[in-house]
Amino acid sequence: MADEEDDIVLSELDDDELVEQMFDDLYDGLKEEIEEGVNILLERGWQPYDILTKALVGGMTIVGKDFRDGILFVPEVLLAANAMKGGMAILKPLLVETGAPRVGKMVIGTVKGDIHDIGKNLVSMMMEGAGFEVVDLGINNPVESYLEALETEAPDILGMSALLTTTMPYMKVVIDTLVEKGLRDDYIVLVGGAPLNEEFGKAIGADAYCRDAAVAVETAKTFVARKHNQLAAG
Amino acid sequence: MTQVLQDLLSKRDWLLADGATGTNLFNMGLASGDAPELWNETEQNKIRALYAGAVDAGSDLFLTNTFGSNASRLRLHDAGHRAHELSRLGAELAREVADAAGRPVVVAGSVGPTGEIMQPVGTLSHANAVEMFHEQAEGLKAGGADVLWVETISAPEEYRAAAEAFALADMPWCGTMSFDTAGRTMMGVTSSAMVELVDSLPNPPVAFGANCGTGASDLLRTVLGFTATGTERAIIAKGNAGIPKYVDGHIHYDGTPDLMARYAVLARDAGARIIGGCCGTMPEHLKAMREALETEPKSSAPTLDLIVSEIGPFSSDNDGTGDQSGAPKRERRGRRRA
Repeated sequence: MADEEDDIVLSELDDDELVEQMFDDLYDGLKEEIEEGVNILLERGWQPYDILTKALVGGMTIVGKDFRDGILFVPEVLLAANAMKGGMAILKPLLVETGAPRVGKMVIGTVKGDIHDIGKNLVSMMMEGAGFEVVDLGINNPVESYLEALETEAPDILGMSALLTTTMPYMKVVIDTLVEKGLRDDYIVLVGGAPLNEEFGKAIGADAYCRDAAVAVETAKTFVARKHNQLAAG
Repeated sequence: MTQVLQDLLSKRDWLLADGATGTNLFNMGLASGDAPELWNETEQNKIRALYAGAVDAGSDLFLTNTFGSNASRLRLHDAGHRAHELSRLGAELAREVADAAGRPVVVAGSVGPTGEIMQPVGTLSHANAVEMFHEQAEGLKAGGADVLWVETISAPEEYRAAAEAFALADMPWCGTMSFDTAGRTMMGVTSSAMVELVDSLPNPPVAFGANCGTGASDLLRTVLGFTATGTERAIIAKGNAGIPKYVDGHIHYDGTPDLMARYAVLARDAGARIIGGCCGTMPEHLKAMREALETEPKSSAPTLDLIVSEIGPFSSDNDGTGDQSGAPKRERRGRRRA
């Protein structure tokens, strides 16, 4: 029974217990507890990058897996991501200061005519949760805004989202334009959205279709690693 | 306000609804990313043709081209202030086609989701959602819709807001959700939870059910989930014609007319009263569905195995209803703080 248990005081937990507890708190979307946990670890001399990867990314990985497996649904994931954001707000400036390694950078946006940004926001948050830098272009993006962002941000990955039958073909418009301009191979192009599937992603010339935000993170990691390997080899 | 849907339901075992709107409009030249609702003003003959396609194929009910005709979505096309007008125009054209059919045909005013996430998880307040749906509802009513029809909803909050708006417009309504995530809606609503939601409303819908989602098999499983609760309310089944593929610059759904005909019969046998298609369902599919519903005798509700063998596999092992003791659960490590 819950009332037989003692209340947990985060600062009294040892490091391992605290990280485990932060996994639970992320899972439950408890933003204040996550902020408190991040601050305690900083006080104990943890490197910002270790807090990010061991506590926050570790916790979001569990959330992502349960989302993928149909145990958690969008509302819970949004709350978890919001808690993660609270922790990230503290860590972000410190990560810049300490020159922590960067996993990769993504430009993401919902295509023209489509207002649906739930899936895209989930991907943004989970990518940030996995340590990627994300530039979010929001909804209703014509091909011009994608091109502009690719030029100014020079990301590794372009992510596009569409939720309507009437807007999903627009992803091909963007990809075709990249091909025309000879830019297609400069970026990893990932697409997602409820009406899409793998075959569709291939047919329009994307590198991969990502079924959900958890898969997007896994796919992004794989492709970025492959890209880095190619660069190293080349 | 008319009673034509309620009358038809009292006289007939099943009604044939319509098929896709977007897929049909693409074939008529709609560019991806453009708002289909603007055609209610600028391409009226194409919208009449869209409606007539369903009516001529035998639909007893069809939806207006107003899915995205709310302020939030039209704003993307600098037409946020035209929600009422474009909704009215869409319904007027539909009224014209229905009245010329020579038999009773229901004009159902389509209302899609706002596209925003509602509080507490998101930012859209209940009051603002009700206001948006109400504006659209009044436009559809002014244009002569017989019934309002909210569809592709994921969040219970949004379904409730639409119901409240329809009460303000004093209109009968129907409402479907989209079960596209492991048999649940994106927000985690199961088929049985939707029945509870519908029963809890002060102005419950004439009919409720499922549309779109991830293919016809999943949709049939959802219908079985509805009937398992023992609900007596009329059930709607509007599944996609297979899954989308990109062929020669067009979206093509891989479900054949024969497959959709089998789906229609199984949906009826499962207990659905209003049966139609969603994305990818063209007039030739509707014709095949009508013929099958008229000629094939009613049978007992299909088993899940029968659905898989006739229509195809499900997208997930279970849909979150029934005995969940074998379903994956999370194990908590730590204790919960007070």
